[in-house]
Amino acid sequence: MAPKKEYDDIPGTIVFDSDQASKGYHLNQFCISLRTQAGRDAFKADPEGYIRTFPMTDDQREAALNQEWNRMLELGGNIYYTSKLAAFHGINFQELAGIMTGMGSKDYRAMMVAGGRSPDGNRYQKEWDEKDG
Amino acid sequence: MARIHSGVACSHVPALGIAVDKGITGDDYYGPIFKGFEFSKEWMEKEKPDLVFLVFNDHCTAFDASIMPVFALGCAEEYKPADEGWGPRPVPTVNGHRGLSAHIAQSLILDEFDITIMNEMEVDHGLTVPMSMMFGQPEEWPCPVIPLAVGVVQYPAPLGKRCYALGKAIRKAIESYPEDMKICVFGTGGMSHQLQHERAGLINSEWDQRFMDLLVNDPEKGSQIEHVEYLREAGSEGIELVMWYVMRGALDEDITEVHRFYHVPASNTAVGHLILENNATRQS
Repeated sequence: MAPKKEYDDIPGTIVFDSDQASKGYHLNQFCISLRTQAGRDAFKADPEGYIRTFPMTDDQREAALNQEWNRMLELGGNIYYTSKLAAFHGINFQELAGIMTGMGSKDYRAMMVAGGRSPDGNRYQKEWDEKDG
Repeated sequence: MARIHSGVACSHVPALGIAVDKGITGDDYYGPIFKGFEFSKEWMEKEKPDLVFLVFNDHCTAFDASIMPVFALGCAEEYKPADEGWGPRPVPTVNGHRGLSAHIAQSLILDEFDITIMNEMEVDHGLTVPMSMMFGQPEEWPCPVIPLAVGVVQYPAPLGKRCYALGKAIRKAIESYPEDMKICVFGTGGMSHQLQHERAGLINSEWDQRFMDLLVNDPEKGSQIEHVEYLREAGSEGIELVMWYVMRGALDEDITEVHRFYHVPASNTAVGHLILENNATRQS
């Protein structure tokens, strides 16, 4: 069992640390390959065939093909990489945040214009657990 | 002798670059942000540095996951704006300064900062957005730039106190360069923001203001802010604020804050901006 980390109790946050980076290497390299036109063309022509050229796990591949943005992060993806896959699908950073937070673009944008998500009640996992409980 | 006269802290939100490139800097959403930089452009025109030393982070553009240097110093003749997935920004190529870069690289390594040397590097919004915010849209950038890319994407980023110490070493390097040059140091990124997972959208204005106060008035203390505090209080991507400490370390202790601007939001992010002048070289 991996040792507990001091940031494990921050809610709704996947810290892209060395363990996550190691786990997500091939998933992230797939995502970043979409930065180039050649990569985007190849993925568009044959999504499953193209993604198979990156030796990631089946879970990672499934999450990428199904556009499960939070699951990709949990499986070692990093937002600066997954955002390239989002851009491929025509989703910008703010729309992506709307999806990941479950709020939808409109409500998310309205929250940001109103000053963003307050840190109050959002610093510790236990605050979220109490809210849900 | 080369001298550092001033420092600039500036967010590098990609949306601001898009606003400049699309010509929508005056609309209701972006207008208030660009108004906060009007002073800065005028200041820059008066200040006229001979060179900008620009601390930024690459967003998986020049470096994919195969290589992630912690401190990478640009030593190239020029730096082309990168294609980040939607075509390069329509901004001028950034000219470097090989002589000073080489001098700084050598000085830093002998000073125990084992940096990576970049003889070729494309630069993304992390570098070009602060240039646009401070210089507007000239045909050519008015001065050369030496970029320093800091690895803040993969945790842990270098510690704030390490960045602060690096800033001091950069200052020492610059001040031992024989050519007369007036240099402005940029620290970019921030402020509080989280781009990922369910807590995305976190903004902590109170913390951001305190961060700026400490940076200006008590950098020794501010540079000790722990990583977990950045993550918890300023969001998982807010940790890139450690880069502001490279800039602060390159300045004197005795400085004047000539401009501060803070605004929420730009896309997912709080925009923070400071202009700091070394009192020893102030004109007035």
